[in-house]
Amino acid sequence: MRRDIFQAIADPTRRAIITLIAFQAMTPNAIADNFNTTRQAVSKHLRILTECELVKQEQQGREIYYSLEVEKMKEIDQWVNQFRKSWETRFNQLDDVLSTLKKQ
Amino acid sequence: MNDFTVDKATKTVTFSREFDADLSLVWDAYTKPEILDQWWAPRPWTSRTKFMNFEVGGRRFYAMVSPDGQEFWSIQDYMAISPKTNFKLLNAFADKDENPELPGSEWDLTFSEQNGKTTVRVSIYNESLERLEKMLEMGFKEGTAMTQKNLDELLATLSQRK
Repeated sequence: MRRDIFQAIADPTRRAIITLIAFQAMTPNAIADNFNTTRQAVSKHLRILTECELVKQEQQGREIYYSLEVEKMKEIDQWVNQFRKSWETRFNQLDDVLSTLKKQ
Repeated sequence: MNDFTVDKATKTVTFSREFDADLSLVWDAYTKPEILDQWWAPRPWTSRTKFMNFEVGGRRFYAMVSPDGQEFWSIQDYMAISPKTNFKLLNAFADKDENPELPGSEWDLTFSEQNGKTTVRVSIYNESLERLEKMLEMGFKEGTAMTQKNLDELLATLSQRK
């Protein structure tokens, strides 16, 4: 099964979870309180996020806290950057063509 | 390039760019195949338009040609055209016999001029992430590899000078 950063952000609930835990580590119950879905559904999303290696779990006393692996998010930026670059190249070439056409 | 954004919720990539040329010229560069082929492909790739009917219901059938001569065909079907202001197309990869590989992506291009400079705003809607990845792979992977190679060579030259 596909398990990477893009799988992690493919679902709106998972994107919301990412936003929630971006600032502080949270327990599964605290995370679930923010959603109208069942705790099981939230648990499933947390499991997928863990498998995508975007979140890590930490035991503190009797509670498990989920927090974000921020470094992993950079993969999205790198991927988007390729796309940005390819258009930048294309547009720079258009600059050249336009400047040639203007001289004609 | 300005305001390059990827909106995950709407699966849309948008960006804009200003060109130092008037609207008519930029519009021609986008809508006339002989000009389009001069800049469309990231070098060392080349763009080769087999035919292009720039009208609503018309089509551009073209190939991105790799440095070793491999052809990757695409179809662009023009959905709407407002001369010199906007056009919309449906872009899909294809085989050499014009059979599209769906789903494609929907492109919306808007042109505006101010003080002799023209801004082009592009919005591309992709149904799937995989599709977007493939688009990158076909037009750009090779280019990146080349750039990387150039950099390697440059670094090698520089380190020899030490």
